[in-house]
Amino acid sequence: MKNSVGREIPEEALNIKLANGRKYEPYQGKGYRDGKYIKKQGPTTKIYENPSESKIVPSIRDAIIKTGLKDGMTVSFHHHFRNGDYIVNMVMKEIVELGIKDITIAASSLGDAHDPVAEYIEQGIVTGIQTSGIRGKMGDVVSHGKLKTPAILRSHGGRVRAVEEGDVHIDVAFIGAPTSDEYGNARALGGKGDCGVLSYAVVDSEYADKVVVITDTLVDYPNFPASIHGINVDYVVVVDEIGNPKKIASAAARMTQNPRDLMMAENVAKIMTATPWFKDGFSFQTGAGGPSLAVNRFLEPLMVERNIKMAWAIGGITGSICELKEKGLVGKIIDVQDFDTNAIDDIRNNKNHYEMTASEYANPANKGAFVNKLDFVVLAALEVDTDFNVNVITGSDGVLRGAPGGHPDTAEGAKCCIIVTPLVRGRMATICEHVVTVTTPGDCVDVVVTDYGLAVNPKRQDIIDCLDKAGVKHVKIEELKEKAYSMVGRPDDLQWKDKVVAILEARDGTILDVVREIKPYEDK
Amino acid sequence: MELKAVGTAGTLESSDVMITIEPAQAGGIDLTLESSVINQYGRQIKAEVLASLERLGVKNAKVIVNDHGALDCTIKARVDCAYYRACQCDVDGTYPWGGAIR
Repeated sequence: MKNSVGREIPEEALNIKLANGRKYEPYQGKGYRDGKYIKKQGPTTKIYENPSESKIVPSIRDAIIKTGLKDGMTVSFHHHFRNGDYIVNMVMKEIVELGIKDITIAASSLGDAHDPVAEYIEQGIVTGIQTSGIRGKMGDVVSHGKLKTPAILRSHGGRVRAVEEGDVHIDVAFIGAPTSDEYGNARALGGKGDCGVLSYAVVDSEYADKVVVITDTLVDYPNFPASIHGINVDYVVVVDEIGNPKKIASAAARMTQNPRDLMMAENVAKIMTATPWFKDGFSFQTGAGGPSLAVNRFLEPLMVERNIKMAWAIGGITGSICELKEKGLVGKIIDVQDFDTNAIDDIRNNKNHYEMTASEYANPANKGAFVNKLDFVVLAALEVDTDFNVNVITGSDGVLRGAPGGHPDTAEGAKCCIIVTPLVRGRMATICEHVVTVTTPGDCVDVVVTDYGLAVNPKRQDIIDCLDKAGVKHVKIEELKEKAYSMVGRPDDLQWKDKVVAILEARDGTILDVVREIKPYEDK
Repeated sequence: MELKAVGTAGTLESSDVMITIEPAQAGGIDLTLESSVINQYGRQIKAEVLASLERLGVKNAKVIVNDHGALDCTIKARVDCAYYRACQCDVDGTYPWGGAIR
């Protein structure tokens, strides 16, 4: 059955069994579930009435045994420690050594730090993966059909919806925390490896049957204000290190000096100023990639010139937006993840920088997330096609190596979604006829800015009118595609096997696309 | 001109291609292709290399192509250069500068 972005969704994908028995549907276009109801599926939790009971257990292995983790269960993790994370590998090693198998990992995201999981997939111990990001060896083995069930890939907001709705039931959540008290009140500041916020882990703490907090810095009770509340935590484990602090928080994301990136960033800022939403009190999110991040630099003089201020910024936060706040140009930062030490220092030391949960950030099924109120979002892409569909998950070789993250959530929510990407990367045409995998549907994408010109989604006549009025030149996206192909040649279609290796869920829980097992190149 | 030695041109940098041409007595063109974009461009890279070799009149050779996303113009130039090096034009100074390379 073809969905509304023209992707064939096979029966085997639609027949996948979700934990709550909900049937998958193909993607129907944005806003399909708006106004409908969901019944949240609460966890089964243990009563702790006895005041003398301690939550501290000596080791991760003891904690796993106490939670009663068994074959076939689902465990969860968060990704605030990014590439410095030790938690996933430490916990999975113990699970494997205890002989527990048929495990599903439902993480907010997974990355290069988690290559050992690839081996557990090949050994058939890990049989399910549900995540936003999938990269490195794990992306490789899943793309080559080694995972027993298709991986389910979700946006950050879509994951919260899936957990709350019960599409996935988390049996045990393992939550790494920079600090915790003996009762499991956990924070992301004051430890040896601070990550600023614990936003993605909150839904795990509220919906998992058993919750284990793992920290390397035990602090006095009560560890408040807490990100993860002790009332949701069963066990606390103290380990030597939760992660590598240098990789948890890298030094300030450096502003690009690449003239191509700067030119694109300047054009993004120009587009923003040509729209009616660029006025005092506007709201904004930008990514941490080169050209997206550089937009901040060009916005500053334009805001000063017009004497307007940004009311609030959300998202993955970098030092760059914190600087604008400290200069008085941004009212508040509402933070779901920190990308650099400057952002972490800012939430630790400065005013008007607040933590929010992943649900508040982007969940499409709550009563209105921050993304719904967003004026502008500036995002990157691996590929954009002539229907404005975006791919941020599969490389040009068809292998999984990315993450939808907050991309689909912010793209749908924002009044103006701007994608900024070079026209070609090496020999890869970024603007192409059909993206390898749809991760953000074209009906949510408004403007695409490249180094060879920009195109506006014909569905957004209002933005076209604004740009025409402001004298900002734009072309049809087909022209950008042809320009790209004239430089790099028209690519041959990738060759796939039949097996579905991953499901791309739209944020509302319908199926946007599937990824099949890649067929190795054959010399003909 | 005839192939006398192993000729190499290009680098392993992104957007470049390294071409190695080795003389052979018979057996036609024995081509080994590795590429970071093989799934989408393998066929076109191979066609470009074979067309260049034919233009240069190479009938028998072992050819190794290690591509990191080079454009067609780069591939053409690297094949030409590897060929003339294999013919030892660099040794005897007989590079056909100016117009011989189409």
